[in-house]
Amino acid sequence: MNDTAPAPSGFYTEDMTISVGPQHPSTHGVLRFVVKTDGEVISEAIPDVGYLHRSIEKIGEKVTYHGYVPYTDRADYLAAMFANQAFCLAAERLAGTEVTRRGEFCRVIACELNRIASHLISVGTFGQDIGAMTPFVHALRERETINNLMEEICGARLTYNYIRIGGVGYDILPETCTRIAAFLDHFEPIVDEFNRLLSGNKIFIERLAGVAVVSKEDALSYNLVGPNLRGSGVKWDIRRDIPYSIYPELAFEVPIGTAQVGVLGDSYDRFWVRIREMQESCKIVRQCLKMMPKGPAIAKVPRKFRPPAGECYARVEAPRGDMGFYVVSDGSEYPYRVRIRTGSYTAMSIIDKLSKGIMVADLIALIGSLDVDAPEIDR
Amino acid sequence: MDAKEVYASLEKLFPDKVRDFKPEVREPYLFVDPAAIVEVCRFLCSAPGFRFEVLSDLTALDWPKEEKIQIVYHLFSYSYNHQIVLKVDLPRHNPRVATVENVWKVANWFEREVYDLFGVIFEGHSDLRRIMLPEDWVGYPLRKDYVEEEEYDGISTQRAPLVEKLLR
Repeated sequence: MNDTAPAPSGFYTEDMTISVGPQHPSTHGVLRFVVKTDGEVISEAIPDVGYLHRSIEKIGEKVTYHGYVPYTDRADYLAAMFANQAFCLAAERLAGTEVTRRGEFCRVIACELNRIASHLISVGTFGQDIGAMTPFVHALRERETINNLMEEICGARLTYNYIRIGGVGYDILPETCTRIAAFLDHFEPIVDEFNRLLSGNKIFIERLAGVAVVSKEDALSYNLVGPNLRGSGVKWDIRRDIPYSIYPELAFEVPIGTAQVGVLGDSYDRFWVRIREMQESCKIVRQCLKMMPKGPAIAKVPRKFRPPAGECYARVEAPRGDMGFYVVSDGSEYPYRVRIRTGSYTAMSIIDKLSKGIMVADLIALIGSLDVDAPEIDR
Repeated sequence: MDAKEVYASLEKLFPDKVRDFKPEVREPYLFVDPAAIVEVCRFLCSAPGFRFEVLSDLTALDWPKEEKIQIVYHLFSYSYNHQIVLKVDLPRHNPRVATVENVWKVANWFEREVYDLFGVIFEGHSDLRRIMLPEDWVGYPLRKDYVEEEEYDGISTQRAPLVEKLLR
């Protein structure tokens, strides 16, 4: 498009270039977009990332395996448990360490609670982004309870450092299990309440139905993962398809987008997958609480942890999809290289393509529906 | 299809262009001739029976002792639930390889990151700019011999250890 093109009426129109962010309420975390618009219609939205780059991968080469676990928390602070788990999986596979059975259950309980917390933030802020302020407060209220439970489990509310190589840092106590069960009893009806408040809201649906449609082909080519991929109708979940931990023993559904209010792969489908996943996570936690065996929570792992030379790519299904830790060992105490592959990074790369021709307000809906998380993009 | 079969077919179709298959590791990998990476990837992405329609990860490893930088491609197939890892060795003093952006779109951003942090040039890339660091940053931080400049844009990058600071 020309910068100054004569309109048919003879008036001169000009493309506007607006910088959205880095600190804009609608960009969760520190994101920036350079948006070129013709009035309300976007011709191009170029993402500019890197504001939160803390070189977590480089730090991995300077600290020991045990010492690196707290750093993985910071990769995605809304879902720190999953980064812990992915890194520990990679380290355990490199060294051939067995995780204790109770440790596996503790991991899954903590991870699924964390998934609910992360999805609550996602759907809550999503509503807020497009103008529904109230549901956000409801979502945060529930998340607060999960944070309290997490504090009870591991002493931290956000950066857990709970999952360690060989198991978990602390056992989950029986009284905590009771409180988790009580929370689930309380939370499941809340999801329905949330649906009445937000998901079924006519304005909300009209803002999202048919907006920013991601086709299945694009979802694969841009390597969208997690709810974004499933929103486009691809039934793929690492917990089910490349099983790890105790997930094969647990029964749960993999929700996918069904085009229930618009087109398959639109913003609403991605949102709805997250809501359904919270319900599935509740189911998983309930099963774990029932099946949890007695025993040690962590295996005996040498303090000087030196896996033999080799490499491993461990994936887990994080709230933002496939989180991969590619760890290369040269046989020393320090990893030779740690690479973190995250869902938000690839989700961010599709925004440029999807934003062409949509309205400015829809860009915000698009960013919200992809649930990108700045620390996870930049690492 | 397991990695062994993938390698056997590749060996037949691309003689002398694939080598050194390592089947015994958890994620089996093979080496591809840098000049052939795009055609191998295009084949793996679309050929029936293979259909590696997803590039899960693209990253690099720096091996200063062997004077090489290794690009690592993690390919995955949702259709068949199988995976393969490709590796390409590049000379460390002039790492250049063709982009696979036209095979998987996501490679655009993955390659920008590798360019930014390792200094690998991806030939034919549509938008090869730094992505994490500012445009005027000096050096490639994830290389093993990287030494941080003492200053960036007039700001010191050096910090005295906290204890020393408190004692002063």
